[in-house]
Amino acid sequence: MSGTFLGMPSLPVFGIGNLHEHEPFPKAARRELGNTQLRANLGHATRTIRDKRLAVVSELPDWEELREAGRAIKESVMARLPELLEQFEANFTARGGTIHWARDAGEANAIVASLIREQGADEVVKVKSMATQEIGLNEYLEEQGIAAFETDLAELIVQLDHDKPSHILVPAIHKNRSQVRDIFLREMEGVDPELTNEPARLAAAARAHLRRKFLSAKVAVSGANFALADSGTLAVVESEGNGRMCLTLPETLITVMGVEKLLPAWEDLEVFMQLLPRSSTGERMNPYTSLWTGVTPDDGPQNVHLVLLDNGRSAALADEMGRSALHCIRCSACMNVCPVYERTGGHAYGSTYPGPIGAILSPLLTGITAEENNSLPYASSLCGACYDACPVKINIPDILVHLRGEDVDSKRGKRGKRGRERLPSQMDLGMKAASWALSSGKNLGLVEKALPLGRIAAGPDKKITKLPGIAAGWTQSRDIPAPPAQSFRQWWDKEHRAPAAPTDPTGTGDAGTGNAGTGSAGTEENP
Amino acid sequence: MKIALFATCIVDAMYPATARATVSILERLGHEVIFPAGQACCGQMHVNSGYFREALPVVANHVKAFEEDEYDVAVAPSGSCVASVKHQHPMVARRCGDAGLEARAAAVGHKTYELSQLLVDVLGVTDAAAQLGSYFPHRITYHPSCHGMRLLRLGDRQLDLLRSVAGIEVAELPEAEQCCGFGGTFSMKNADVSSAMLADKTANICGTGADLCAGGDASCLLHIGGGLSRQGSGVTTMHFAEILASTLENPAAVTGDVRLTTGRTAR
Repeated sequence: MSGTFLGMPSLPVFGIGNLHEHEPFPKAARRELGNTQLRANLGHATRTIRDKRLAVVSELPDWEELREAGRAIKESVMARLPELLEQFEANFTARGGTIHWARDAGEANAIVASLIREQGADEVVKVKSMATQEIGLNEYLEEQGIAAFETDLAELIVQLDHDKPSHILVPAIHKNRSQVRDIFLREMEGVDPELTNEPARLAAAARAHLRRKFLSAKVAVSGANFALADSGTLAVVESEGNGRMCLTLPETLITVMGVEKLLPAWEDLEVFMQLLPRSSTGERMNPYTSLWTGVTPDDGPQNVHLVLLDNGRSAALADEMGRSALHCIRCSACMNVCPVYERTGGHAYGSTYPGPIGAILSPLLTGITAEENNSLPYASSLCGACYDACPVKINIPDILVHLRGEDVDSKRGKRGKRGRERLPSQMDLGMKAASWALSSGKNLGLVEKALPLGRIAAGPDKKITKLPGIAAGWTQSRDIPAPPAQSFRQWWDKEHRAPAAPTDPTGTGDAGTGNAGTGSAGTEENP
Repeated sequence: MKIALFATCIVDAMYPATARATVSILERLGHEVIFPAGQACCGQMHVNSGYFREALPVVANHVKAFEEDEYDVAVAPSGSCVASVKHQHPMVARRCGDAGLEARAAAVGHKTYELSQLLVDVLGVTDAAAQLGSYFPHRITYHPSCHGMRLLRLGDRQLDLLRSVAGIEVAELPEAEQCCGFGGTFSMKNADVSSAMLADKTANICGTGADLCAGGDASCLLHIGGGLSRQGSGVTTMHFAEILASTLENPAAVTGDVRLTTGRTAR
């Protein structure tokens, strides 16, 4: 363990770094929806990955059992996280590695920077990693005069363009190959000025650029997909082999990993190595899986460090309903099936973690009251596609609803500026009124007596095309039909008040339209 | 069998024809239908918008209303509202610390069925033309609503029932399993994203050349129908219960620009 004892933190410690929306989701989404290149790329890419995933998942007769096993293992890890972390620390340390504990993004960044400085280095190569994006490590190192080079091809493209990833698996999903060529020509040192947009030429240019970095870098920084408590082993799962280069060539290897990535034992990998590649890239097996256990003398990095990152994870763990969000293995299957993500892309979510998992994970890590993140749990129609696709069965829709409840409750009776009680929103008032109307048959019956008013509002076209306030969101693209002349309840009461009359509703006056005898209303009542 | 109808608030107030069709189908099969008068709403709008405190009286009312009468099973013509009764009601009670209500809600949920579930799994309806006299000479397409599909796992129950209606022609809907974008208050809070989802759904529906889009949830049909109406499309929406209730003698009326598959004009 590192020498810095952090003392007992005051709880909860919420996450900081790249976990926040900078504007409410609806506003960000509106802007992103206008980006036609993004929508075309995303639609194509998510459909392709969706189909690939379905194909390789349907090959496995025990897919549902695997998902259940993944869920159960992760649940047991969360239930005994402190114990497993200590077991991991003991094993990792015994094999020559050094552990550092970081309460939040600031501490993690400072630890990594000081480890790099100890080596007298001013540049590092990086393995694609969500944790280091979450803590904003590249930006921090740049401020410290240390250059961090992303080596995953898509991350490299995004970094060279001074942009942000829009998908956790395919970070440059929003760029086409001509855009990539332009970025390389503009930003890549010593690039061939005749570079075309052919994928093979682009890959060759990136390869030449990265080779120079791999061979010169003294320090590499990585994340980790898994950590095995019973042996102190770390694992990185990737496709390109560039990660393997970083993990083996430099003298010093610094890994930053969220504390939730632990698995109890080696045999648990069996489950996750079946779940992860199929769920993320739609492959049976990923091309490169690197595992390392501390230091191996004269082979690979001789100076090996692990920064264990909390950054809001303990706070998420303390939320009984939300804690299963920590089961996430960052496969991105939920994004690829999400109809909201498919249309807005990842930037609309602000945080490093976009899509359905981001909509729950970000506010769980930062706290639901963090600025603008309270709009994230509403960024879903609750269609449930994410829950079905999740390889570890995170019930994302239920957690979204739970967080909406937390958000609503956090605003109740809250004092606004100048100490005045916050005025209830239109939504608050509407929900309160609806609660009265819908909590007894008598009340609803009273409200239904006003249906003819709606018919007047609808006018001769029998449709309502413009509503005020929050309901204007509905009428921006949708009409509302004129309400019926009488509610079902009113019809039933009439029918059953006079037991002499048969339950044949032909007597409702619209027999001319033909279908009343079937129990269906005619056009009069169902415009 | 004595069957308690849960009309659902949206059907009660906006689409009474759907509830009347449900009554008609069940009575045709020889069952007695009752309508517990205290019923109002499942409370899903409140729950899904995070207003648990406001949802509690709505949930409590539903549980009470469906405890008051003696009946064998309850049925609603909505996958979404049934999923709410089965899954959300006990959760709301738990969250609000009412263990007694939680147990009672679970008991009511246990005997509540979505209409196609009841027809196929309990009442053994597999051929609507033969068993219900269903006749509907139109070209339709079908949108399987998310909650019926994913929370109740209805599978093809509704679609299979529709396919067994005499005279019907069913066109397959591309990307049918994609959400229409309704999502309750999502359609207002995230109106732009919701509208983008709806635009893709209506384009797929219109591309099938169907006269109308059938479904099992009035709320989704209100959304899809509202979009089609705004776009000036002649394609309409209809609940599958109304199609099952339609007979040769009393065919369901369809608004909009409808062609009969027999070659005649409907209107």
